[in-house]
Amino acid sequence: MNRHLLSIQDVDAEDIVRVLDTAESFREVGSRVIKKVPALRGRTVVNLFYEDSTRTRISFELAAKRLSADVINFSTSGSSVAKGESLKDTALTLQAMGADAIVIRHSSSGAPLTLTRWVNGSVLNAGDGTHEHPTQALLDLYTMRDRLGRLEGLRVAIVGDVLHSRVARSLSFALVKMGAETTLVGPPTLIPPDAPAWGVEVGHDLEAVLPKLDVCYLLRVQKERQRQRYFPSVREYSRLFGLTRSRVGLLPEEALVMHPGPMNRGIEIDSDVADLPRAVIEEQVTNGIAIRMSLLYLLLGGSGSAAEPAGVRAGTADG
Amino acid sequence: MADDDDALPRAAGRPSLMASSGPGPSRLMDATEIGRALTRVAHEILERNKGAERVVFVGIAARGDDLARRLAGEIERIEGTRVPVGALDITFYRDDIGMRAEAPEVHETRIDFDINGRTIVLVDDVLFTGRTIRSAMDALIDFGRPSAIQLAVLVDRGHRQLPIRADFVGKNLPTRVDEDVRVAIREVDGEDAVLLDEALGVGARGGET
Repeated sequence: MNRHLLSIQDVDAEDIVRVLDTAESFREVGSRVIKKVPALRGRTVVNLFYEDSTRTRISFELAAKRLSADVINFSTSGSSVAKGESLKDTALTLQAMGADAIVIRHSSSGAPLTLTRWVNGSVLNAGDGTHEHPTQALLDLYTMRDRLGRLEGLRVAIVGDVLHSRVARSLSFALVKMGAETTLVGPPTLIPPDAPAWGVEVGHDLEAVLPKLDVCYLLRVQKERQRQRYFPSVREYSRLFGLTRSRVGLLPEEALVMHPGPMNRGIEIDSDVADLPRAVIEEQVTNGIAIRMSLLYLLLGGSGSAAEPAGVRAGTADG
Repeated sequence: MADDDDALPRAAGRPSLMASSGPGPSRLMDATEIGRALTRVAHEILERNKGAERVVFVGIAARGDDLARRLAGEIERIEGTRVPVGALDITFYRDDIGMRAEAPEVHETRIDFDINGRTIVLVDDVLFTGRTIRSAMDALIDFGRPSAIQLAVLVDRGHRQLPIRADFVGKNLPTRVDEDVRVAIREVDGEDAVLLDEALGVGARGGET
């Protein structure tokens, strides 16, 4: 594993499997009465969120707490950032306070990478601009593998505003690495022009794609994009690309419906479709905690240096 | 057990201990001796606990869980009682996380029965420093409140660093600290054996990175 998790593009398939396998053990921990293990006692994890986020921040917070790490939530409103402090000065402050890991969400693509220049701890990207959201992709892979038993050869469609979606980018890269057949579906204005270079297919007719899928992954419609004229109206979007009650019947029986949340019920997904057993949206949330525990454990559970301190070997937890 | 995770990775495709070149380890116990030791330990467990009605086995992964299943098989053969068997991974309870270069590999934990009020026989392959057992006891307490925890090991090689002793021992094997005792188990390694690697330096242990 690298010291940081900045993008799926930096992670190879072997490490993805390791993260998913380790997450299995953490999901077992999450099923216990006492959902906490002492693995990261004494470590400090800082949640540094420059963009609003409820589920990702809470998920990281719970993950760190279940590993017994100390968690500091640093949100930008009401903090020194609101007073004009730069990312660099905030980073140096957190560094001086001894943060072992910084989980960052930022509206600028590349902010997590920039942060790594100023801190010694691990940096985990919790979403940066329109770049990547790697932990979301990993929890989605985990959910697919858990439900369908494999990733290789799975036929997955990612439907909606791929152009502005860091979730779609990370998930596409991850699926391609794991050998899944991925199709991006949406209006031509919302599919990035370079998408074929990612190793994915592109389609514009949802109903033609649905019967061949193992997973239908819906993206949230960002309503402000309509004002920017990426599509004529929310209603038209919904008519062409929404997963409606009638369309969901086109999916094979075992196929899953997934969504990264928060959902717009009635727009990209009909309300009663979201409540079908095949819609595993809440499982994605539960699995997200296990995936983030796995990542924090793998990134912080080693010393990060090749040399072992003297005495560790002879006096380990062995025997 | 954590010690042998390093030496004998469970994953297929990695070089096996048996294929190692060089002077090679010496064999301290073979399959027959291990079988006899387990049979005797099973009898001792039954004797101590006056049967096996309240007993559950929890084996420490990897290999301790396989040994626990064998002991349960022996007890079923002797008394006809089926003893629940669980597997426990102690990785998240280790006292050296963050001191090694990489986070230790995690195995499966599976304890799908209630341990409250039961007598747990904790099973491991080699008892050495006692630190694995300390971790295992901490982990078990997170699952409930057993009425007692007893410890069964195939090999006790001495050199305890904590005040811990085994209740049931397959074989006491006095060793030097710098020697390496490894247990091979049919289910994981393809054969049953207890092997001694002499004076492997601190940095020269197989599988350690």
